[in-house]
Amino acid sequence: MVDERTLTAPGRFESLAQISDFITQVARDAGFDEDGVFHVQMAVDEACSNVIEHAYGQVSGDIVLTCGVDEAGDLRIDIRDSGTRFDPDSVPLPQVEVGKVDLDDLNIGGLGLFFIRKLMDEVTFRFDAESGNHLTMVKRRPH
Amino acid sequence: MDISTRELKRVNVVTVGGRVDSAAAPDLEKTFQGLIDGHRHQIVVELADVEYMSSAGLRALVSALKAAKKGGGDLLIARPSTRVREVIELAGLTSVFAMHDDLVEAVGSF
Repeated sequence: MVDERTLTAPGRFESLAQISDFITQVARDAGFDEDGVFHVQMAVDEACSNVIEHAYGQVSGDIVLTCGVDEAGDLRIDIRDSGTRFDPDSVPLPQVEVGKVDLDDLNIGGLGLFFIRKLMDEVTFRFDAESGNHLTMVKRRPH
Repeated sequence: MDISTRELKRVNVVTVGGRVDSAAAPDLEKTFQGLIDGHRHQIVVELADVEYMSSAGLRALVSALKAAKKGGGDLLIARPSTRVREVIELAGLTSVFAMHDDLVEAVGSF
């Protein structure tokens, strides 16, 4: 990867602003326009919020972001944590996706993951017993 | 996140600015809860200066909307920033929130 950059931040909600500043700069430097920068910023913020809320709900640790541009010019973002194993299949789809927008029953849990999948071109979750949760996201090169 | 509230005769206006992420959403929830507890169910949320709103911010708005309606009132959005509008559209919630481009119009609609 070209111009690889890493940020390590404590897995706490207070870190989100710092993470946002970091990823905003990375996406700008990778050549994304303001809409693209916003989409990357949002996907990373939602991903890190999930890590803080779920993976680090009971234990504490750091979030490690590694970002860079690959040979094709696409932005690759790897987010690692050493918290509780995250299973994306356990997250229910928000009702908005199945077209049920009835306020009385409206439950928008799972919206963060829904946004991540909508905003990024590739999203891969994996878990390794030694290094923990890895989320890799790719945003295609702006044209 | 910056947050301020104004109490008008029949309506409370909550003005929010800056970043509404998971760190800020609990404060927004608290503000709405305070209004609901005080039986102020007619709420206008002015979002012109919101630079960023995550799903946590959106969840705070949806729960306040539900609570306001349950109490016989409503929660309207006034002057949503481009980013707020985009997030609401992305979530497929445009039919859930009444949005007004004018604050006076939003307040007057109650």
